[in-house]
Amino acid sequence: MSTPVTTAAASAGALVDEAEHGKVDHLAGTRHDRRGRTRVDPIYYWFLVPTLVIFTLAITVPAVLGIFYSFTNFIGFGDWEFIGFTNYVAAFSDPAILASYGFTFGFAIVTVLLVNVIAFLLAVGLTAKIRLKAGLRAVFVIPMVISGIVIAYVFNFLFSNSVPALGSSLGIPWLSESILANPDLAWLSIVIVTAWQTIPATLLIYIAGLLSIPGEVYEAADIDGAGAMRRLWSVTLPLVSGYVVINMILGFKNYLNVYDVIIGLTNGGPGTSTRSIAMTIFTGFTGGDYAYQMANATMFFIIAVAISVLQLRITRGKAAI
Amino acid sequence: MTQTAAKRTAASVRQATARNGAPTPARRRGKVGQEKTSWTTMVILFLCAITVILPLYVTISMSLKSTSQAVDGNAFSLPAPIDFSGFAQAWELTNFPVAFTISLLVTAGTVVGTVILASLASYAIVRNWDRRFFRWSFFYLLAAMFLPFPVVALPQIQLTGLTGLANPAGVTILHIMFQLSFSILLFTAFLRSIPLELEESARIDGATTWQTFRQLIFPLLAPMSATVAIFAFLASWNDFMMPSLIIADSAQQTLPVVQSIFQTQFSNNYNVSFASYLMAMAPAIVVYLFTQRWVMEGVTQGAVKG
Repeated sequence: MSTPVTTAAASAGALVDEAEHGKVDHLAGTRHDRRGRTRVDPIYYWFLVPTLVIFTLAITVPAVLGIFYSFTNFIGFGDWEFIGFTNYVAAFSDPAILASYGFTFGFAIVTVLLVNVIAFLLAVGLTAKIRLKAGLRAVFVIPMVISGIVIAYVFNFLFSNSVPALGSSLGIPWLSESILANPDLAWLSIVIVTAWQTIPATLLIYIAGLLSIPGEVYEAADIDGAGAMRRLWSVTLPLVSGYVVINMILGFKNYLNVYDVIIGLTNGGPGTSTRSIAMTIFTGFTGGDYAYQMANATMFFIIAVAISVLQLRITRGKAAI
Repeated sequence: MTQTAAKRTAASVRQATARNGAPTPARRRGKVGQEKTSWTTMVILFLCAITVILPLYVTISMSLKSTSQAVDGNAFSLPAPIDFSGFAQAWELTNFPVAFTISLLVTAGTVVGTVILASLASYAIVRNWDRRFFRWSFFYLLAAMFLPFPVVALPQIQLTGLTGLANPAGVTILHIMFQLSFSILLFTAFLRSIPLELEESARIDGATTWQTFRQLIFPLLAPMSATVAIFAFLASWNDFMMPSLIIADSAQQTLPVVQSIFQTQFSNNYNVSFASYLMAMAPAIVVYLFTQRWVMEGVTQGAVKG
């Protein structure tokens, strides 16, 4: 779903720590079970179990079912039989799937770097001594609340009409044609719109990081005669490194799911040059490749889990923030 | 009797948390030579702000043009004269009232469902943390945070089709389920900070668990509920991927999906398409303008709090 939702993932690491300490919350009660613990009020089960049941039916069952079907030749309906790892073997050498992974990872890496550099610099600016701080910050956050596909359609118009008009009046040949129609440049439009939309969440996290730096640190740097650039590079950046890591991982995970913006800009084209992993998986619904694309989805899931595990390890190490 | 006791405690605690709840990091940068406003920084920030505003300006100005003016291709010119016919046409063509109502129902259902289910579950989990069942349930529900929607999309399309949920109701349920992890994380973190003595005093007055939750805990959770509600709102209102795949009947689609369905019919009537885009994005911007603080705090809490 949208960006901010996934930002919560980072704190899971800290929670695991807390969980292991096992906070015991007894309420004053009179009845005890065999082990001497206060008996659980049955209503607590009513608070939790219905949610667990719906969650299991809506998410766990589909996930298990999907992984199960990835080992069959199911086409979405009718009979099927087990075919072992055939789908996985085929997917590994399928140029369409490999191309979608190449595109999606390349896109995610470029976007995450671009977004973090811009967001960090904006955050430094927005926490400096400036006027209209609140107003500027409010403006920079607006893109976060706008639907990805709708803003992609707006940019689609700009890229196919306004930018080429500007390019031809300035006499720049590669700008005078729509970059959406250029197989080598179309991905750039997706990077630009995704960055436009996701810089706000990254920016807000950096602002929180910068505000957590005590002023004394800068006073010390001033006394040592550090200039503005030196201060930024040797004081600020190391002190917010935990936030940089969080933003990089959360952003990367989020960008791997890219879909809406592509639909609004290029619809995977020209040709299949901007087709993302999500788009390839969804072809399994219309193309009769259900089981095959579930093998693809399962591989994607394993990658997502691997990145999350990496994230947990790093954020647990950086529990200080 | 017990009800008023619980309410009174809730009110006094709410005041206390209102005072201490949102810690504003003290910012001390008393540096020599840095006291003045940095005008260079401001100029750069204003230039950057223009790139944020520009697409929105284009959307508004295009939607207010006449069809003949919109088609001339100059996106940045002001509408002259202002023409509202784009809105009327978009309203008719996309059957806006229906799509808007469906989007509103899905979003409202998601917001209410998320706040209620997540707060109840979080309360049960935090108060019974010493029980393995509740502890494991917490990690089980949290695991969904590592599950991207595309991974479960195909089976979910299949199952919602089989169970008669290939409609906005099915999308609402899925939206709630995908919001649960994040919301439970926020609620449990907040619940752990509420001192237990408060509840004990309500219990001594004879309040049941349900009364304690309803009259003491849920009101105390209000600031967190606001954050959870806003993120559920944004995720649900702006979602394209899930409704476009789950809802089978295109006449029941949500606003973002309607924009893609009518792409070909908008053709070169840019004023109509931009009026339609504006009507789809405006509600979220309006909500944002009134809830800025919660939105900004929510992002930071979601990423940093634990």
